[in-house]
Amino acid sequence: MTTRVLERPAPPVGGAARPSRWAAPARPVWEEPPTRAGLTAKAGLLVLACLAVLFPLWIVVVTSVSSKRTITEAGGLVVVPRDFTLIAYRELLSGGQVTRAVAVSLGVTLVGTLFSMTVSVLCAYGLSRPGSVGHRAILFTLMGTMFFGAGLIPTYLLVQTLGLTDTYLALILPSAVSVFNILVLRAFFMGISPELTDSARIDGAGDLRILWTIVMPLSRAVIAVITLFYAVGYWSAWFNASIYLNDQTMMPLQNVLIQLAQKQEIPVGLGQAVKAGNLSGLAVQMAVMVLALLPVAVLSPFVQKHFKKGMLTGAVKG
Amino acid sequence: MKTHDTTDRRPRIPLGRRLRRDRTLLLMTVPALLLVLVFHYVPILGNVVAFQDYDPYVSTNGVTAILESPWVGLAQFDRVLSDPAFWAAVENTLVFFLLQLVLFFPVPIALALLVHSLLRPRVRAFVQAVLYLPHFFSWVIVITVFQQIFGGAGIIAQTLREHGHEGFDLMTDPALFKFLVTAEGIWKDAGWGVIVFLAALAAVDHALYEAAAMDGADRWRRMWHVTLPALRPVVALLLVLRVGDALTVGFEQLLLQRDAVGPGAAEVLDTFVWWTGLRSQDFSYAAAAGLIKGIVGLALVLTANKAAHLMGEQGVYRK
Repeated sequence: MTTRVLERPAPPVGGAARPSRWAAPARPVWEEPPTRAGLTAKAGLLVLACLAVLFPLWIVVVTSVSSKRTITEAGGLVVVPRDFTLIAYRELLSGGQVTRAVAVSLGVTLVGTLFSMTVSVLCAYGLSRPGSVGHRAILFTLMGTMFFGAGLIPTYLLVQTLGLTDTYLALILPSAVSVFNILVLRAFFMGISPELTDSARIDGAGDLRILWTIVMPLSRAVIAVITLFYAVGYWSAWFNASIYLNDQTMMPLQNVLIQLAQKQEIPVGLGQAVKAGNLSGLAVQMAVMVLALLPVAVLSPFVQKHFKKGMLTGAVKG
Repeated sequence: MKTHDTTDRRPRIPLGRRLRRDRTLLLMTVPALLLVLVFHYVPILGNVVAFQDYDPYVSTNGVTAILESPWVGLAQFDRVLSDPAFWAAVENTLVFFLLQLVLFFPVPIALALLVHSLLRPRVRAFVQAVLYLPHFFSWVIVITVFQQIFGGAGIIAQTLREHGHEGFDLMTDPALFKFLVTAEGIWKDAGWGVIVFLAALAAVDHALYEAAAMDGADRWRRMWHVTLPALRPVVALLLVLRVGDALTVGFEQLLLQRDAVGPGAAEVLDTFVWWTGLRSQDFSYAAAAGLIKGIVGLALVLTANKAAHLMGEQGVYRK
């Protein structure tokens, strides 16, 4: 029996030889063409889902760049933009509580992510060679964390005993290692063909050199994803700061946002500007929110096509 | 379990030589191992305060404070188990878990089917980017976003006020709070949940669809007989894992809203431990409550994994 290609020839698109990436690939002939009702329902649902995500963000962004007059006329949040001003951002980022909080969050995120990635990549590589001494015992020790959480109280007492209270180390060390992330990295490293690493070893390369020059360049996708996971974790964290830091001037951005949004306050030092000028307290709040969500919203789409690699699918092998 | 592992049947190399051979690999694992030992296993030992009447002020140092605090046996556990507030937290935890299971769990599957049917690569990538986005927002942002929509100063209340209706505020309504929390969870993470199902859908052999179509199955029957069975193992696995994690229902999310709506509606086991321990400074009592949660949680995870293995799936660990 001969095999036939059951595909319609691609329709010529405006004489161009290559179909654009916007064009839909041809349907197989056995698939019935979609009905108009079906298409409408599908498109409707997807548009609804996307709007559910984007509409609230739209309100937040638009309100943050609206003038006090527009906000007063709208009676609060602004849906239709009337004007554009960056006064809220200028006030927030010209020194003071929020500027400091942004710097703290950026610093903790950068240092923490670098630290977590170094520790995790080293550990994942150290566990990735089959048959190495003790890797099974170490693996089980790490995976024990996935079964029994120590609990909030003993962890809190430990951090206190170690003297980490009121230091930024308390925001980094207790949550520095995610066993899940190590397992994902390890699974990826184990998938790299041993011929590559073995030949390097024969040529006299040590493990650190193999990791740096062969394994890491081949694992760029998964390293990008895990870096994003760690960075988002540090950027979004607020709980550890709320229990380990007493000094209000040390607080990261998320904690400042909690104070502003939940208690309807205005950042320290901006009270005068809000009372006197054309700065709206609501615009200030929304601007803080934009600052808090901007980095992740900008970065995550770049790594999007690799997200699947960050999932623990079939990653746990003894 | 490791009897068929070929690496273990190599000619025996003396342990000393193997240690020397693998010393770099071992050293590489030391930092992570140390962090896990210090910040995970040491606190597990710290749970002994649950059997004490721990007083942090008898000493300046946590370790000596534990040594000098009086031992009370299981008295703290008796106190916890006879505390109506604890049982109210247990009840809330289970209600939140069930609501999430019924209302949240199907959403990513439905979304995945919709996204999978998108054929244009650009459109698909855009929809995915939008749906994944809220997963990367902190709970602080998610809850503040919900405040702007459903809160007393939110866009709905604002619109209603323009039409003469006052007093709309979903964020402080204890009656609807559990649904609100579930909705926040869906907004944040349902899109992210799509990834796993999309991977499963992409792995379906197209010949199955074609064969089904040749046999006269229309699109709905193909979905019923080909697509959904292909998703079954993933669904089963995720369901089992979720049950194993049943006692953990959004600690940060609920803590952030506890003040607005009151502990009656928002208190779950994790926030109960936080409140009694860190706010009321009753460390031993909170540690006992936390330990009860940890042990029941461990039993649930082990049972869930057993169930996964019985279904022929891989759980958190391999059989």
